Amino acid sequence: MSSVGHIEAPPKRVHMPRFGGAALSRGFVITYLSVLVLIPIAALAVRSTEDGWDGFWTAVSHPMAVDAIILTILASLAVVVINAVMGTLLAWVLVRDDFPGKGILNSLIDLPFALPTIVAGLVLMALYGETGVLGIEGISFTIAGVILALLFVTLPFVIRAVQPTLMELDLEMEEAAASLGARPFTIVRRIILPNLAPAILAGSALAFARAVGEFGAVALISGNIPGKTQVAALFIYSRIESGDMSGATAVSVVLLAISVSILFGFHMINRWSTRHGR
Amino acid sequence: MAARGIADSRINVVQGSRRARLTMRTIGIGYLLLLLVIPVITVFIKAFEDGAANAWETITSPEGMHAFWLTLVMVVVSVPLNTIFGVVCAIVLVRHKFRGKALINSLIDLPFAISPVVVGLALMLVFNQRDGWFGPWLADHGIRVLFSPIGMIFATVFVSMPFVVREVVPVLQEIGDDQEQAARTLGANGWQTFWRITLPSIRWGVTYGVVLSTARALGEFGAVAVVSGKISGVTETLPLYVSKQYETFNVSGAYAAAVLLALLGLATLFAMNLIERGGRKRDQAITNTGHTPGTGLSRGEETR
Amino acid sequence: MSIVVNSVTKRFGDFVALDNVNLEVRDGSLTALLGPSGSGKSTLLRVIAGLEQPDTGTVVMNGQDVTRVPVQDRGVGFCFQHYAAFKHMTVRDNVAFGLKIRKRPKAEIEKRVRELLELVHLEGFIDRYPGQLSGGQRQRMALARALAVEPKVLLLDEPFGALDAKVREELRAWLRRLHDEVHVTTIFVTHDQEEAMDVAEQIVVMNEGRIEQAGAPRELYEHPKTEFVMSFVGPVNRLGYEFVRPHDLEIGHVPKQGAIEAMIERIVHLGFEVRVELSPAEGDRLWAQLTRQQAEELELAENQIVYVRPARKKVFDENGPRTEELLPA
Repeated sequence: MSSVGHIEAPPKRVHMPRFGGAALSRGFVITYLSVLVLIPIAALAVRSTEDGWDGFWTAVSHPMAVDAIILTILASLAVVVINAVMGTLLAWVLVRDDFPGKGILNSLIDLPFALPTIVAGLVLMALYGETGVLGIEGISFTIAGVILALLFVTLPFVIRAVQPTLMELDLEMEEAAASLGARPFTIVRRIILPNLAPAILAGSALAFARAVGEFGAVALISGNIPGKTQVAALFIYSRIESGDMSGATAVSVVLLAISVSILFGFHMINRWSTRHGR
Repeated sequence: MAARGIADSRINVVQGSRRARLTMRTIGIGYLLLLLVIPVITVFIKAFEDGAANAWETITSPEGMHAFWLTLVMVVVSVPLNTIFGVVCAIVLVRHKFRGKALINSLIDLPFAISPVVVGLALMLVFNQRDGWFGPWLADHGIRVLFSPIGMIFATVFVSMPFVVREVVPVLQEIGDDQEQAARTLGANGWQTFWRITLPSIRWGVTYGVVLSTARALGEFGAVAVVSGKISGVTETLPLYVSKQYETFNVSGAYAAAVLLALLGLATLFAMNLIERGGRKRDQAITNTGHTPGTGLSRGEETR
Repeated sequence: MSIVVNSVTKRFGDFVALDNVNLEVRDGSLTALLGPSGSGKSTLLRVIAGLEQPDTGTVVMNGQDVTRVPVQDRGVGFCFQHYAAFKHMTVRDNVAFGLKIRKRPKAEIEKRVRELLELVHLEGFIDRYPGQLSGGQRQRMALARALAVEPKVLLLDEPFGALDAKVREELRAWLRRLHDEVHVTTIFVTHDQEEAMDVAEQIVVMNEGRIEQAGAPRELYEHPKTEFVMSFVGPVNRLGYEFVRPHDLEIGHVPKQGAIEAMIERIVHLGFEVRVELSPAEGDRLWAQLTRQQAEELELAENQIVYVRPARKKVFDENGPRTEELLPA
């Protein structure tokens, strides 16, 4: 990373002494990010290799750790698929349909972003948990409960990604397709969905990242049963509580790797879709 | 007129049959009801299942009150820090050119992608007093970060860091720097330009970011759970308190505390909607020129 | 294919977009719908296409009532003002779209696509995406796409509206030639009277949801039936109920029967044409169109007092529209 010292105003910027100076603001940003993000993550990376590659591998390949990682990935994939379908459908209903109360519905979408995750978990327990109002068996302390909780917290991602794209979608494109003989179903499949695909993918990527790391919402509803409902974040937490830092760190690094690659993928999707002028 | 015509006919081109439309609407609304609305209402009902007295007691107990105040402290400290950082960082990212900018740009999104528990663990590795990177040195100087509010603030700032940046960056990109340059040609210095031109034009973005940061800071659970040690009456925030009540079988108490948190969340949601409405009106005034590809992505995806 | 529109009315809320419109379009003709924005011309085009359902009235094509026939089955080719290019498809896939919908054999599709791209001079762009084309190229691609399915009617909504002046003129000429070659019944919408007169065989002038007049370009210019047509088709000076084309204003240095006194405010030399802006002793300002030679012979100068006389004028009063010509005095 560039250090603060070498930053000289290039000639064309002579007219703008930024507030407090460019160097100062840049230095502030870099310091803030380093202290808060870079150093802790570096500590994580360093700690994970402290016992050497073998130590890392032993910790990661522990059956409970493997179970937790697989469970997390599978549950997140299921959540992403449901989100991609329901999110696109809801975005469609919110943009193209019209009915009384649509505005309220639209505001509700952001609720999971506004509600603390522990409350989200509790909320679902209140309705679907064993002592809950509906008390549906096989929700709390099962994988279904985990998926439900993850669906709750990731609900807005795909909708909020698809909505603006759908609003900006050129209606004439659909009419052109119709005038060329395409029926509604064909128009959706060959014109609308391909144009929404980058947004759906990007929203799904963010939802996946969130689902993989989620802790608060699943903490209560999952029951934290190793091999059954203990997702990676819960596994890490249990390891920390029991003082097994190596185990916690190893799985954390795996989660971190997943997060970073998703983030990378997300940026690629964005860049690709901007390049195609969509 | 023409636009209205298109809007009408669009329905007969793609929307297809009325039945298809009603089916989709029903599925969509049903999904939201089952996943969001009914569960949230249930919590409100359940909170008062054991009577309002128990709910009141849980919230007004010394631990409850302390948790409430500590939560507010988290918000009051971390949100302003992130707001200042967010605005400066957005300006640096949009208006400055330098090597390493791309790296900063991707680092900022990391807190969105990393599990809160991993954040907590990472902070633990830096600050624990036995073998952390800085922990022993800080302990020698009498500063305790882990299992104290300081560490919790670190965690909260970490997880809520990107909101302001991500809201302000697209706004700055959209308005361009014409107005700022105009102000300079009229003799304004850097500070004056920032206060009089830049800040007023990004204020909706900043406010929206602040609201989102506040929501996140209020509700952070995982990262804070790890670094706080969850000491009742000392390092217990409201979300931690809720989980403690639930685990100690004071279920309706947990729901009561959750309702308090939910109300704070709903207030946030309400604020978000108010701002969105105000901001959108403004946006329309700015971008009245038809298609603005990418802006949708920046709000819907990049920001969250 | 002939098109007949029978008393079509279309409302959007309180706004009456089409008010009892009747229109006939001959098979193989090239027709322009001309009018200001909000006159209903685009709505009429969309009703003919089937993109808009009229509230009342019928659309008849080749003697068949197609009012309830969906756009997919009307056999029309429609070109949109903003091209409506399928952004996620190459030029080839754009043009082939309608043929693929009709499940034509692959080889035939490829052959047809190449023919059409040759016709619109886009042979070299077959694998490009619309984002990589200029506005004019995109419009030509959209035309090829519409023509691919061999429509019986070609409908173009402000086809050149979003293009710059030079490209617009090229495409106009090209559209005329195309029509000569393909002979498909063509209707296009425009707000530019020059474009309409340049390209169309028949012009339909619309205003406030009604058809003011339909006819050949020359007929509209020479024999407008309403004040609106008079002032929309070609430049005009207004003297109460009388309308005079600027080139029908005679300028002289001595008073004559029927002439009014006016002061020359400004003289604008536009090459061959000279515009003289006049301020009469009473009434609104006028302008006259002279050739350079005429202006030189008269030795006109600014602030000069001259006598102006309409050689030919149109009167629209309760007795109906008529032309009055003055004998050279």
